[in-house]
Amino acid sequence: MGLKKYIAVRGITMFGVLMATLFLTIILVGSNMDTILKQGITFQVRGEITENPAIAASFASVEEFEAFVQGQIEQRIKILGLDSPWYSPQRIGFTMYKILILDFGHATFLTSDAGSSDVKDILLEKLPRTILLFTSATIIISIIGIFLGALSASKVGSVIDRITSTFAVVSSSFPVWWVGMLMIFLFAFVYQIFPARATPSISPDDPGYFAALLYHMTLPLITIVMIGFGAWAYLVRNFMIGIMQEDFITAKKTMGIQKRKIVYGHAIKNAAPPIITILALSLSGSLGGAIITEAVFDWPGMGRLYFEAITVMDLPVIIGATYVLTVFFLISIFLADLLYGYFDPRVRTG
Amino acid sequence: MSSFSSSEIRHEFVKSKVGIAGIIILGSLIGISIFTAIIIPLETFQGWNNPGNWISYPKTAMPSWVNFFMLEKIPEHIILDKPIFSSQSLGPITVISQQFNVNYDYNDFPSDFIYEFTARYSGSPLMQISVIRPDGQTLSLLSTALPYSKEEILHNERIFSTDGTIKKNLFLQSEKFDFSLEGFTAEDIVFSALSEHEVLKGNYVFLVNLYDVKKENEIMDSSLIIGGKVYGIMGTDELRRDLAVGLLWGTPLALFIGIAVAVVSVTTGLIYGVYAGFRGKATDEVMMRFNDVIYALPALPFLIILAVTISNSIFVMIGFLTIFGWVGIAKVSRSMALQIKTKAYVEASQMMGQTNSKIVFKHIIPQLLPYAFASIAISVPAAITTEAGLSFLGLGDPTFPTWGQILHDANTYGAAARGLWWWIVPPGIMIAITGLAFVFLGNALDAIVNPKLKR
Repeated sequence: MGLKKYIAVRGITMFGVLMATLFLTIILVGSNMDTILKQGITFQVRGEITENPAIAASFASVEEFEAFVQGQIEQRIKILGLDSPWYSPQRIGFTMYKILILDFGHATFLTSDAGSSDVKDILLEKLPRTILLFTSATIIISIIGIFLGALSASKVGSVIDRITSTFAVVSSSFPVWWVGMLMIFLFAFVYQIFPARATPSISPDDPGYFAALLYHMTLPLITIVMIGFGAWAYLVRNFMIGIMQEDFITAKKTMGIQKRKIVYGHAIKNAAPPIITILALSLSGSLGGAIITEAVFDWPGMGRLYFEAITVMDLPVIIGATYVLTVFFLISIFLADLLYGYFDPRVRTG
Repeated sequence: MSSFSSSEIRHEFVKSKVGIAGIIILGSLIGISIFTAIIIPLETFQGWNNPGNWISYPKTAMPSWVNFFMLEKIPEHIILDKPIFSSQSLGPITVISQQFNVNYDYNDFPSDFIYEFTARYSGSPLMQISVIRPDGQTLSLLSTALPYSKEEILHNERIFSTDGTIKKNLFLQSEKFDFSLEGFTAEDIVFSALSEHEVLKGNYVFLVNLYDVKKENEIMDSSLIIGGKVYGIMGTDELRRDLAVGLLWGTPLALFIGIAVAVVSVTTGLIYGVYAGFRGKATDEVMMRFNDVIYALPALPFLIILAVTISNSIFVMIGFLTIFGWVGIAKVSRSMALQIKTKAYVEASQMMGQTNSKIVFKHIIPQLLPYAFASIAISVPAAITTEAGLSFLGLGDPTFPTWGQILHDANTYGAAARGLWWWIVPPGIMIAITGLAFVFLGNALDAIVNPKLKR
């Protein structure tokens, strides 16, 4: 199987997964969504009539008026195609199509900072902030992790190796969000260095906004890096140890090549495929974990949006955010697969 | 791949320090769970979210052991619910009395005191409350008639130290004090020395007398609460709940959730993977594509949607966590099954006409058991932290006091920004310790089944 075919097969699988996810989400929230949409229409009709007292005045009895209102509501429901049940194939198909072309509709309660209730606007506003925080965190983590991992792999059993391994095991047992709470307690309450809430208090139009955002980002960034790099170093160490036992490394050693050169030149190159794969996966994984971390630090990104949307059950936002998170997740898995296939031709033969 | 006998594994395991540490931690956690189930009444656990249960506890009180590190002893919250009963007759009048002894040895005044009682009486008996202080002085606090009732009734009442009558009574006795009582509260006066306004340490006796001509009256459950700022081993939260109870009950819950999720998902993954690998061809292809689909689902957003739309009951949640837990195991066990399948003894038993299920369960799965145990141990912490995370977001089962739930409440009431460390630190440490126990176990097993990592 060539690389092209490999890419095509993976691509089609991913698209299938995306559709399956979308379908599952709609199935899960469909009935609630339906009720909310219908309620919205009722509110809209009643609102229009109260604004225009002449309509109410033209009816002789209350019953007649109510019948008129009911008629209006039913008419609109019919126009929007809401009269068929939410699980009818046309409606599910239509909803999926709309989401695919990124038309998520309007949020029920939430708005963007700029005041728009269009889900697409809200998502576009929050997404860059999440990417800013978690991408920088992942990059820092991977740099520290690869360096520390290679160092401990070259000195197995040394003090550094033991400290790294212990730290990896211990740090990965703590939930990031709990460490976040502790960090807020320590650095916002005991020592008032950083703000407790990561949302800058100045408006996004202010020229100093980006600087304020970076300052507010420090505490979450430190926390994520602190909890993350140990596990990374440990993984890299284990890959490297595996490679250091391969015959070609032993051959290089017997040839008298410096150990440093072997570790950082030859071994790390061979450890690259799994490391890159994990890098791609952990990027997307961190986006999912962002939901809790952002809720703790009150970071104004996708994760907090998701959390807020759940709290008030704002379904269009939930669907939109799930879709975007899934797309990111799939893209990174896809990339990881491709990179792995590129670096390690053995996988392509499946 | 090599196979291991159980005695070999036991032998190797005993040699591993990490494994022993894991066993010890796990053992103590199980010990805590058993202790909790026996010692702590089930009602406190069921009434975790019922504010009525916790009314006599202090609000956000620190753990009482902080006093060991303090020069100035912070008053402890004291709940006295076992008074000394006595009754005597003074001519036609019967006196029922209750006596509460308290040794007050703190450097600050209590925040308040509350007397709570349930009395069964008819008519209108007279209730008198007084306190005998360490310096021998007796201060009378209250003298009041209980509300009149023609029939016999059960009367429940709380008398607070902020009661105006108590204050008035104390002011009437102000000549005993060398300083002006103006501006002081009842607890400031009762617990103060006579010469100046300073805490008088020593034994206090609170005396409650009920006078009536009838003999049938009785005071049932009664308690005296002397309000303080530290309480118990773990302190209390904003809703006055004793955090020790929540933390203790969290232990069996976390173990149950973690182990249930790990066992079910590893078993499912193992059987699924082995079956796919063993059957091969189209079956394998279809099963592995389905595996890919589940693998590519973003777990947390989906768990959240499932919890919101379907149910957040703890048992349903275990099922949801399992859905996302079995995928990795299935992949690994499939590739292992592919290797074992080609072994001569498997082919031999196939030729002998053994059924597929027998080959899978008798010849392949036993080979994978060591890996399965290692994977179970390794997947427990993830299950516990994920459940804690969901609870932290407020999507957990509200009827169970899990550690995540406690942290959720802490976050809701801004515990971190208010410096309420005793509300935040212990639950997280418990989560981490439980996780560590299983990580240790998993690592020890992993080192045995993957000798390459040992070195």
